[in-house]
Amino acid sequence: MSSLSNMIKKEVKELLTPATLVPIIIMAIVFASLGGVIGGAQKSLTDKPVIGVIDQSQSDISGVAFRALNSTSKIVFSYNGTDPAMVQDGLNRIQTQGGSALLIFPSNFSQRISANQSAIIQVYWMMKGAGLLEGVQSSVVSLAISEMDYEVSSYLIDNKVPVSSAVILVPTQLSETTVFKDRVMTGISPAQISSVMSSQGIIVPLIIVMVVIMAGGMVITSMGTEKENKTLETLLTLPVSRTSIVVGKLAGAAIVGLIMAVIYMIGMGYYMNSLTASAAVDLSKYGIGLSVFDYVLVGISLFLALISALALCMLLGIFTKNYKAAQSMTMPITFLALIPMFVLIFSDFDTLPLAGQVLVFAIPFSHPMIAMRSLMFGDSGIVIAGIIYEAIFASVTMFIAVSLFKKDIVLTGLPKRPGKKSGWSSLIHYPGKK
Amino acid sequence: MYAIEVKDLVKSYGGITAVKGISFTVNEGEVFGLIGPNGAGKTTTLRILATLLQITSGSIKVFGHDLTTEADQVRKIISYLPEDAGAYKNLTGRDYLEFIAAFFGESAEQKHMVERGLSIARLDDRIDDKVETYSKGMARRLLVARALMIGPKVAILDELTSGLDVLNAQEVRRTVKATVKEGTTVLLSSHNMLEVELMCDRIALINDGRIIEMGSPTELKKKYDVPNVEEVFVRAVQ
Repeated sequence: MSSLSNMIKKEVKELLTPATLVPIIIMAIVFASLGGVIGGAQKSLTDKPVIGVIDQSQSDISGVAFRALNSTSKIVFSYNGTDPAMVQDGLNRIQTQGGSALLIFPSNFSQRISANQSAIIQVYWMMKGAGLLEGVQSSVVSLAISEMDYEVSSYLIDNKVPVSSAVILVPTQLSETTVFKDRVMTGISPAQISSVMSSQGIIVPLIIVMVVIMAGGMVITSMGTEKENKTLETLLTLPVSRTSIVVGKLAGAAIVGLIMAVIYMIGMGYYMNSLTASAAVDLSKYGIGLSVFDYVLVGISLFLALISALALCMLLGIFTKNYKAAQSMTMPITFLALIPMFVLIFSDFDTLPLAGQVLVFAIPFSHPMIAMRSLMFGDSGIVIAGIIYEAIFASVTMFIAVSLFKKDIVLTGLPKRPGKKSGWSSLIHYPGKK
Repeated sequence: MYAIEVKDLVKSYGGITAVKGISFTVNEGEVFGLIGPNGAGKTTTLRILATLLQITSGSIKVFGHDLTTEADQVRKIISYLPEDAGAYKNLTGRDYLEFIAAFFGESAEQKHMVERGLSIARLDDRIDDKVETYSKGMARRLLVARALMIGPKVAILDELTSGLDVLNAQEVRRTVKATVKEGTTVLLSSHNMLEVELMCDRIALINDGRIIEMGSPTELKKKYDVPNVEEVFVRAVQ
């Protein structure tokens, strides 16, 4: 073997370890998952939107509009007539078929155009989630409506219907009502709701990620530094219980982490206020918002997520051997916080596939992120379930951490396996190894 | 009652047995030395006595307290100084001594401990500097002060004068001897055979996890008919 190849072999062996590969693999999985979510949204763009149509006008022009929609959309419910009860039937059908909207051509549809006014189409949007990508379906329906307008305009021109150019250019206007989580909100579109909720719902995920990375890193680094500076041995011989040591370290990091979160929230609060002001949509008049109790629940969820993160970091810290190794150990925790953040910004927990819901639910840091959006719509069940899960997760993890602190492993690391000494082993302390 | 009573102590890490059934006793007020080559099991024995490692089999009693079942009680009466111990670098020397003293007594007692620590450390004005600015010798003096200032019933000292020059080493030895006169029992491990000879009332020589010799330096020198403990070590191990 030449000197060069010998050198290359050594370098590759040193650099290509599980410690370097695992973060990249996790990152690849995160991007693949995101690709799945975004790919699903793109598919929604290419698929025909599922809608229902009620034609109360039963005129030639509404007939043109219906045929135009029929060519661009999948109409799963249609009714010609004026029975108001059929609106609810239509909404029910659309909901069960996973549709996006119910369009109603009112009885004065043709008369308004003849009177040189744009016809009003009443649209009931069926909103499924409030993630950034959830508004895609309504966008596709909006495109179908634009196509329909084009056909109606063509009809008016071809048949020389005596209307102004303004009506020919804009033959219809929408009167929008959004149905979301059993709430009927008149005068607002899913895109507006999604925009406001995403801007509000992004604060908590960002805070979680920042706090988990910073405070979690502190705990792992603290353990790494204790081992590197050889202070842990002294600490463990002092008359102080292992539980006090673990809780003391966690509480210290939690206090610093919460201070960081408050500083971060102040800055983000100003930023989000400016965004909310520009959105000019007040969701509270539709009953969407947080009560004092809701804020308490979010706070509890946030606190438990922090404790879970710190306890998990403490577990990892027990296995780290020095400061440098501690830095690498923070990677898995960072990714665990990033996964739900990305997923929940783009999508809604309710609209995730079951496997996705299980994965997101299992990550304790997800719950404050879920809580904010769910509580806005009064769905406290999932939030309380999340808080219970977080409490159990944090308790079990802390119990394991305290138990490990009573074992040799906190000083000696994992038992050495003959012939196995690479990758993560470089981060872990072995008995007798100095 | 013995200060320390070790019976058939065995310690295994995974597939490696570091200590293979050693037994010894240390009398109250005695300085007992553990000597032996690298990897013989000295530090493992000291770490077990310091409640850091669990016993695989056998038993240890410290002033009548069982080490396995009464570890919390044992920690109240011992003080352990590891060979390569460190102090918190962002604390000043004084802060560090106060931090340790806070675990051992009420405010008046703590104050007395810290004053005692300051006199042992002899760092003068530097005591209020951060530990990270200390030389190796200064840091070691601080750590010796930390270990002895609490007036432990048992001081477990691993390479007591590691990193100290001759003058500082002599001073530290004098301090330890003074502490012994006040009633502290010392279990000492060292590669410095002169130190062992100067300080220890009795010694145990460990090799490959077993005690191969035990007695006073005078007895052992006589047995091997050699002028010093270093020669005893060489003869016994070879």
